[in-house]
Amino acid sequence: MDISAFLLFWAAIFTSNILLTNFLGMCSYLSVSKEVESSVGLGIAVTFVLVFTTALNWLVYHYILLPFNIEYLQYIVFIIVIAAFVQLLELLIERYTPALYYTLGIFLPLITVNCAIFGVSLFMIIRNYDFLQSIAFGAGSGLGWLLAILMLAGIRSKLKEKLIPIGLQGAGISLIITGIMALAFIGFSGVATIQ
Amino acid sequence: MFGTIIKDIAVLAGISGILAILLVIAERFLNDYGDCRININGKRDITIKGGNNLLASLGEKEIFLPSACGGRGSCGTCKCKITEGGGPLLPTEKPFLSKAELEDSIRLACQVKVKTDVFIQIPESIFNIRKYTSTITEIIDYTYDIKGITFKLEDGEEIDFKAGQYVQLISEPYAKMKQRVSRAYSISSKPEDRNSIQLIIRLVPEGICTTWVHNYLKVGDRVNFTGPYGDFYLRDTNADIIFVAGGSGKAPIKSILEHLAVVGIERKMTYFFGARTLKDLYLTDEMKAFEKIFPDFRYEPVLSQPESGDGWQGKTGYVMPYFKDAIRDPKNTEAYLCGSPGMINAVCNALTDLGVAKEKIYYDSFG
Repeated sequence: MDISAFLLFWAAIFTSNILLTNFLGMCSYLSVSKEVESSVGLGIAVTFVLVFTTALNWLVYHYILLPFNIEYLQYIVFIIVIAAFVQLLELLIERYTPALYYTLGIFLPLITVNCAIFGVSLFMIIRNYDFLQSIAFGAGSGLGWLLAILMLAGIRSKLKEKLIPIGLQGAGISLIITGIMALAFIGFSGVATIQ
Repeated sequence: MFGTIIKDIAVLAGISGILAILLVIAERFLNDYGDCRININGKRDITIKGGNNLLASLGEKEIFLPSACGGRGSCGTCKCKITEGGGPLLPTEKPFLSKAELEDSIRLACQVKVKTDVFIQIPESIFNIRKYTSTITEIIDYTYDIKGITFKLEDGEEIDFKAGQYVQLISEPYAKMKQRVSRAYSISSKPEDRNSIQLIIRLVPEGICTTWVHNYLKVGDRVNFTGPYGDFYLRDTNADIIFVAGGSGKAPIKSILEHLAVVGIERKMTYFFGARTLKDLYLTDEMKAFEKIFPDFRYEPVLSQPESGDGWQGKTGYVMPYFKDAIRDPKNTEAYLCGSPGMINAVCNALTDLGVAKEKIYYDSFG
């Protein structure tokens, strides 16, 4: 795809936010957005994992799956790579940066099953991104996801003091807010198109 | 065609294999924290291999902290004070700790990983908690889903517990269940029977330990458990007492009543047992018999959904509306509750509405 990595990075954050335009990674987005502190931790962890797994999956796809003519196995291979990377990352962070581990540690296993991570790896293949574009897209998507969860957590922390009808409490009001945020993000759509 | 399939499988297996080997190597080197020292109460040092959680590390040395969920971080009972070496507080611990406990450096032992020397403080009574091996001598079907099981301690051993406390039963692998799990069950026999204990266990659908107990255990089997644990026991005061239980929550109350029958008591006591239908009631005659033993005791079974064929003449609905008649002086009343978290919550609210002080409501929750 003929688009600069820099533009792709910004587009992935705003105009094609992985959560607010593709609605990927919703489970952890809804369950961990009760507090701003946890949301930031998970958002940073998602960004971190996205950058590395996108790069790894690009290399695996282009240097193993394509030469052996087994692209059809990309789904299973990408999932295995993501799961293994998250495990390895958890061990490394726990050993060498305990402070970061205590911030990200408990969120890392959650990320293995975050479909935003898997979705970004599939998008980079479908859209024929090169290596640099893939990393930029991964980093942008991670920061976009962080932005979305941080916004929801901020709004939910304000809502704690408000009266909300019982039927709308929890996931109900969170989905309505997400819908309104997604509508607001449509305002960015004229800036750049990457699909 | 066949060759292509073999090639594809080989490549996939190769990728998975390389990743698995990488992880095993990483685990071997990165998760090795060497020998670590755990100092207990400033008096005793134990040395363990670092990398495991504090609860399991202490368990290896036969020091058993209470843990109703077996170390999964969902019951919040394995609390201990860590004065040094515990690392920062984890978000998984926060929901289980009060403000006072947070200020007092209380942590959940199952969430704290031992990577360096750790200094902890635990009650001396913890050292009385031991691992026991027993033989099953009796299994009684109390209802269609509740059994009473008697465990006789081996080698003439004796257990010293307070009526109301619980033990952690350790299940053995069965059928497709390959791992051992540890689950908490209240002792239903009296403390005077020091050579054996009885547990009352309700079958939980798909419960690992209760399925093992109900479907696989038989008289003569050997079973391990640790204990005794818990601070649910009768306080030595002159206050009136309300007992409330549901399902297998009858166990600790039965133990307390049997103990009181031995030592004697003059206090006013009312025992409400909530069940859905007649077939959920058990040990009714035994509990009613206490009305003749104690000078002021009433046993009140209450059915919430009696079936038309039950012919039930007793109390119906929830137990809460009947408290008013049983409470003579709310300020001088203690409550002892055992059952599901929902039941305990509802009963606590009803009792406090009637004027019973929160700090005089003691409970053993199945949650």
